Amino acid sequence: MSGAPLAADDVREVDRAASSHVQVTRAYADPYVAGVALGLVLLAAFVVMGRGLGASGAFASSAAGVVSAIAPRRAATNEYFARYLAGDGPWRDWLLFELIGVILGGFFPSILAGRFRFEIARGPRLARTPRLALALAGGALMGTGAVLARGCTSGLALTGGALLSVGSWLFIAVAFASAFAVAPLVRKAWR
Amino acid sequence: MTAPLVDFAAFSAASQLAIAVFIGLAFGFALERAGLGDARKLAGQFYVTDFTVLKVMFSAIVTAMLGAYWLARLGVLDLARVFVPETYVLPQLAGGALFGIGFVLAGLCPGTSCVAAATGRGDGALTVVGMFAGVLATGLAFAPLRAFYASTARGSLTLPQLLDLPYGVVVCAIVAIALAVFRIVERWERRAA
Repeated sequence: MSGAPLAADDVREVDRAASSHVQVTRAYADPYVAGVALGLVLLAAFVVMGRGLGASGAFASSAAGVVSAIAPRRAATNEYFARYLAGDGPWRDWLLFELIGVILGGFFPSILAGRFRFEIARGPRLARTPRLALALAGGALMGTGAVLARGCTSGLALTGGALLSVGSWLFIAVAFASAFAVAPLVRKAWR
Repeated sequence: MTAPLVDFAAFSAASQLAIAVFIGLAFGFALERAGLGDARKLAGQFYVTDFTVLKVMFSAIVTAMLGAYWLARLGVLDLARVFVPETYVLPQLAGGALFGIGFVLAGLCPGTSCVAAATGRGDGALTVVGMFAGVLATGLAFAPLRAFYASTARGSLTLPQLLDLPYGVVVCAIVAIALAVFRIVERWERRAA
């Protein structure tokens, strides 16, 4: 199932490495192979922990931790944050440790593959500052969306998608429909 | 039934967190190797120039779905003990719509923004900051949102329950849809190239 698209990626990677003369950059993995690997990681989480992967939950837990440190009473009476303060507390959250793993798991292989570089990934027509503003605004919108939906692409879409949760498939459909609908309006950012 | 292991083996709190880091490492590794630390690649999905997001997500869902289904059928995994994300129709529709806008603006999602930041990308770091601010602000403003947040609750409703079909039939249908979508996408890419 790989073939033409992978070959195109290969060439792009080699071009970039050759033009920058920095280091040899390894091509990305075949997306289907990476997807199956990711699926096996998700399955391992089901089998070992009885739960799936996640990302936004770690943000919620650390936000609860920060609020609790600054204004303990406010955090304890806030219905959304209070649940993260129960048990072992917000800094011993399972998803927070998982997300620390994600950061390390992204960092080390990018070094090994020669793909680590300080840059601002952006479209060819967009300057750095507006790109960073879009990143910040996009992050904030996803934060609000993930709170309302009770999860993000990892904890809701991937995890619940594999477990056939109705809400997860609704979220996938609406999130992608909304992204496709907005994409033409922000074409200048990426094309 | 011998799995989920956490229910049958007495993992200490510390070892559960160690498992979390280990699973996260593998998760981050797969995302980075797929190229999903690069916002241009993710954004390309929404201009139909790069189908990595769709291919990775859909094949991951199908793999884990088939694995969970067969391990349950073989009596290894007790699916009743695996946490299924609960359904809240309206909050998830509204949240999904906002999330999709954020996704195309940032070119990253929460998990991939961490990978982007960890591989040196400033836009990834800013997405992480924005994500944290969004969760913080929405959490602080939770009181007026509470009623909406809790509305249209359907519990851990699954597609087989909703459609009143056997689990295996829904699994087969999703595999068939995935294979059809992959075929269409491969054709599209060949034509574009």
